[in-house]
Amino acid sequence: MVEYTPTEMMTVSAARALKNDDVCFVGIGMPSAACNLARLTHAPEITLIYESGTIGTKPDVLPLSIGDGELCETAVNTVAVPEMFRYWLQGGKISVGFLGAAQLDKYGNINTTVIGDYDNPKVRLPGGGGAPEIATSCGEVFLVMKQSKRGFVNKIDFVTSLGHGKGGEDRASYGVDTKGPSRLITDLCIMEPHPVGKQFIVTSIHPGVTREEIIENTGWDVEFADEVAETAIPSEEELKVLRALHERTAKAHGDQQ
Amino acid sequence: MVARFMSLKEAVASCVKDGDTISMEGFTHLIPHAAGHEIIRQGIKDLTLIRMTPDMIYDQLIGAGCAKKLVFSWGGNPGVGSLHRLRDAYEKGWPTKLEIEEHSHAAMANAYDAGAAGLPCAVFKGYRGAELPRVNPNIKFIECPFTGESLAAVPAIRPDVTVVHAQKANKKGDILFEGIVGVQKEAVLAAKKSIITVEEIVDDFGDVSPNAVMLPNWAVTAIVEIPGGAHPSYAQGYYSRDNAFYKAWDPIARDREAFQAWLEEHVIKGGPEDFAAKRDANKG
Repeated sequence: MVEYTPTEMMTVSAARALKNDDVCFVGIGMPSAACNLARLTHAPEITLIYESGTIGTKPDVLPLSIGDGELCETAVNTVAVPEMFRYWLQGGKISVGFLGAAQLDKYGNINTTVIGDYDNPKVRLPGGGGAPEIATSCGEVFLVMKQSKRGFVNKIDFVTSLGHGKGGEDRASYGVDTKGPSRLITDLCIMEPHPVGKQFIVTSIHPGVTREEIIENTGWDVEFADEVAETAIPSEEELKVLRALHERTAKAHGDQQ
Repeated sequence: MVARFMSLKEAVASCVKDGDTISMEGFTHLIPHAAGHEIIRQGIKDLTLIRMTPDMIYDQLIGAGCAKKLVFSWGGNPGVGSLHRLRDAYEKGWPTKLEIEEHSHAAMANAYDAGAAGLPCAVFKGYRGAELPRVNPNIKFIECPFTGESLAAVPAIRPDVTVVHAQKANKKGDILFEGIVGVQKEAVLAAKKSIITVEEIVDDFGDVSPNAVMLPNWAVTAIVEIPGGAHPSYAQGYYSRDNAFYKAWDPIARDREAFQAWLEEHVIKGGPEDFAAKRDANKG
C-alpha cells in the first residue's frame, strides 16, 4: 500500500491536469510544484513560463522566488517583463494559467489582496502580482488550494482576479473571451464548473475522503456531480519524483534538515 | 551628457534628494541593495518608492523611514511570507505613515514601457472584472477609438531617479545586463536620472550578442562599481541568490528592535565595500 499525504495527493492531481503540449503560466506558490511534477513525469515537453520572463524553463529545484537564476539558466529564452505581459500573456499565446489563492468563492474568483476591508485590512496579503491578467488572458485557468472554511468562502473580501464573476455568462460581460477557471484541485477533491451556472461542483473525490469532510471544509453549499469519480491514488513514480524534487529544493534553499 | 563613474556616496548625493520619486528595479535578479543602503545612510526622506515587487530592499528603506509612498504590484517576501516593515508602516504608521498605490504586474510593466516611450499613459487589456480599479483612482478605462473595446489605462511611470544593478560596464560607460532583465531598461529610460551599480568595469564586453540588453553611456547618469552590490539578490554569472538570507530576514524584519539593531550594524556602520564578501559567500 502506497502511503501519501493529502498535500501530495493534491499536488499529484494538479500535475495530472496538465498536458504535454500545454503552455503554462506558473503562479507563485503551490502551482510551481504541480507544474514541475507534470514536467518531470507525464508532460516532459510542457512549456513552463514564469512571470520573470523565463519561457520554457526546466528547473532542477523549485524556485523560492519566481525570478531565481535557475529559471533563466534552463529556459529556452528569457524576455523582459513588459514583453512577457504584453506579447506572450496579453497576446494570447498561453494555454493555461495555474494559480493559487488565499480566498476563493464558488465561481473561482480569487482574493490575494486583503482579508477584511481594503483600507483597514485584518490581514494585508501580498496582492495580485501577475494574477489579475493571468486569470483573464490565459486560455483557461487551473486553481490549486488546500480546502478550508476560511479559504473557501461564500463571498471573498476583495476580487483580485476574475473567475466566473457572478456565474453564468457574467465573465464575458467584462469583455473577457477566455474560458476562466476550469478545474479546482484541493487536498480533498477535484471540482469543475457547472456547464451553465459555472459554480464549482465536485467531480472527483480523493480516496479515503468523505462527502461530509468536503462539506465541513467549504464555506459555500457544496454540490456534487451526478457521477462522482474517485481520484486515482498517486503512483509510486509520481511520489518518488515529487519527494525528490522537494528534497533537492530544501537542500538548495538552505533549509535546516 | 555621457555617464560619469563615481563613488556610491557621490552618485546618491548628486542624484537623489528628499521628496523624489524613485524606482529601484530588478525582478528578483540584480536588485540594487548596496545603493538602497546608501540612501538609508544619507538619511533621504519622503521618497515615493516605485517597484513591482517591493521585496527586502524596500522593506529596509520603509523601515528606515525613507518613504512616504509606495507604488507596487506584489508586496511579499517570495516563498517566505510578509514584508513586515512594509506592513508595520502601512498598518501602524511606524516609523512613518506609508501611503500605498497598488497595481497589477501587467499594469506596472506597461506603465514603465509607456514612461520609456514618452507616452502619458499605458493602455492594455487588464483589470477586467478585478476590484483594484475601485480603490485606485489611477486605474481608468478608456474606449478604443477604432474598435470600441474597453481598455485599462494607467499613468506612465516617470521617476525622478531610477537605480538598477547590472553585470558590467565597459570603460566608456556602456552598460550590459544579462539573465532575467525585468523592467530595468524601461525604468532607466523612463527616468530623468539614473544610477547604475555594476559588478565590474571591463575593457570591453568581448563577444557579446548584438541583441544583448545594453544601455549606451549617454542614456545613463552615474555608474558605480560595487562587486556583490545586489546581494542577497543575485547577479547571473557572478553569484547566486542568497535564499537562506531571504528566509533569515523574516524574524529580523518582524521585530522593530531586531530590525533597528540589524540596520545599525549592517547599514549605518556598513558600506558598499562590505558586499564583495557576501558575493564570495554565494558563488557557485
